[in-house]
Amino acid sequence: MNLNKNNYRYDFPIMANWINSNAKVLDLGCGDGELLNYLKKERNITGYGIEKDPDKWLKSLKTGINVLQVDIEAGLPEFEDNSFDVVILSKTIQSMHNTQKILDEMLRVGKQVIVTFPNFGYWRDRIQSIQGVMPKSEELPYSWFNTPNVHLCTIKDFDDLCKSNKYKIVDRLVLTDTKSVRFFPNLLGALALYNLVKR
Amino acid sequence: MTSKKNIGIVKPETFKSLIPLRLKSGKILKEYNLIYETYGTLNKKKDNAVLVCHALTGNHHLAGRHSSKDKYPGWWDNLIGPNKPLDTNKFFVIGINNLGGSDGSSGPKSINKQTKKPWGADFPIATVEDWVNSHEALITSLNISKLAAVIGGSLGGMQVIQWAIRFPEKIKHAVVIAAAPNLTAQNIAFNEVARQAIITDPDFNKGNYHEKNTQPKKGLRIARMLGHITYLSDSVMESKFGRKLKNKNYQYNFNTEFEIESYLNYQADKFAKEFDANTYIRMTKALDYYDPANGSKLNLSKVFKKIKSKFLVISFTSDWRFSPDRSKEIVKALLDNNVDVKYAEITATSGHDAFLMEEPRYHTILKSYFNKML
Repeated sequence: MNLNKNNYRYDFPIMANWINSNAKVLDLGCGDGELLNYLKKERNITGYGIEKDPDKWLKSLKTGINVLQVDIEAGLPEFEDNSFDVVILSKTIQSMHNTQKILDEMLRVGKQVIVTFPNFGYWRDRIQSIQGVMPKSEELPYSWFNTPNVHLCTIKDFDDLCKSNKYKIVDRLVLTDTKSVRFFPNLLGALALYNLVKR
Repeated sequence: MTSKKNIGIVKPETFKSLIPLRLKSGKILKEYNLIYETYGTLNKKKDNAVLVCHALTGNHHLAGRHSSKDKYPGWWDNLIGPNKPLDTNKFFVIGINNLGGSDGSSGPKSINKQTKKPWGADFPIATVEDWVNSHEALITSLNISKLAAVIGGSLGGMQVIQWAIRFPEKIKHAVVIAAAPNLTAQNIAFNEVARQAIITDPDFNKGNYHEKNTQPKKGLRIARMLGHITYLSDSVMESKFGRKLKNKNYQYNFNTEFEIESYLNYQADKFAKEFDANTYIRMTKALDYYDPANGSKLNLSKVFKKIKSKFLVISFTSDWRFSPDRSKEIVKALLDNNVDVKYAEITATSGHDAFLMEEPRYHTILKSYFNKML
């Protein structure tokens, strides 16, 4: 698998691999619509994106995707049960207040759920914590006083959350600088990608 | 250069239909006229036409001026024109005065051919469905088989929804702004107060005020004042007027003390001079009656089943007469049917009236959406 495709984020091909062709996809926090457009091209998907930020929303609109400006903290009341093949929450879960609610809602609406997040157990973050400062990195570029991130977690934390809920992990992939991390992923992995279904 | 330009001088035209129109009420209009205006040029493929539906007090005069002496341009001049969001260099834009209107289409002020007198109270109540059926007849007469888009705000947005339901093959894009799939009880209540103000005005004469050469101006004034308050938000009134006084001190009488009173009275006078009372009460009725799903949210999904057009739905945060939640009901029913839909909730302070304002984000969205259309 070529993880370093030009112009696209290196995690996109991994998500595309988990998604069937012609799937109906809902992307929560779709930003400028890059992922949905990538999946359209690679997997011929149809679907919708949700983005509450007005500037990002406009960028999405300009690329032609179906973008809805609603706040997902309130859940997904606009969507029926099992109305999507895949619901994606890419690098957004750490900034959500109602973490568990949105995961439940995603599994209600989608048959399959993809969640990605920066791993707070990554050794570079741990070193900064030991040095007595809030960690900053490529995946976590914010300072403590202006970060939108309120619920950062480690891979172990997320595994535990899945275990104690009805989330079944179908696939899990951990990356650092586009490379897959097999050993000590919670220590050596910067980005975690999960493919979940209802248990 | 791509600087915005104005339309310039425009001239309305009249569509005369001799084909009877069966109204939703069961009554039949044997023949009718619709006054309309167009801007821009219909291209050879005839696929660049955009119909603009008007709201409660609007008409066919969307943009430009009828003469150089006109003080104000058409009601959506900030949106429509060369290089404006609805760009008349690209699109052929059509505005129609709805049936029951008072600006040249068949309505209470026009002459009933059978009696050779103005229709007055006898002009039947036309609904959103009737309007859309009559629009379609006009559009067909222009040899347009498919509209690039139908756009409208408020009551105009309801007509857009009706277009998408009734003529799914004839509309490519539906732009629904500050609208709702039906009116809430509170909204109907406001309309009833407005109607009662007009109907109980002694000068109303059961709708045949033209016979006595009077105008129920008192009623119209109150109706307009009430409407105007509800189209604005609490916060925009506070920031515009607050408790500012006309004079330095309280006068302890019943003349206008506060600037808000003076503003409302000015708006009321202006409106009562220009607008026809019979039209006003009919337009509010059309609002009240429109309910394609017959009161059920589940039904709306069913009603939307045959929709083929793509949708752009826009709401404004401070709009409490057609709140964002009502727009989301439309979006939900579209999602249930896998319709291509984009939805924006625009932060604006000016309430329901925001859809007529030149709010930058709002106009940028419309411009981007129309740009991608052709």
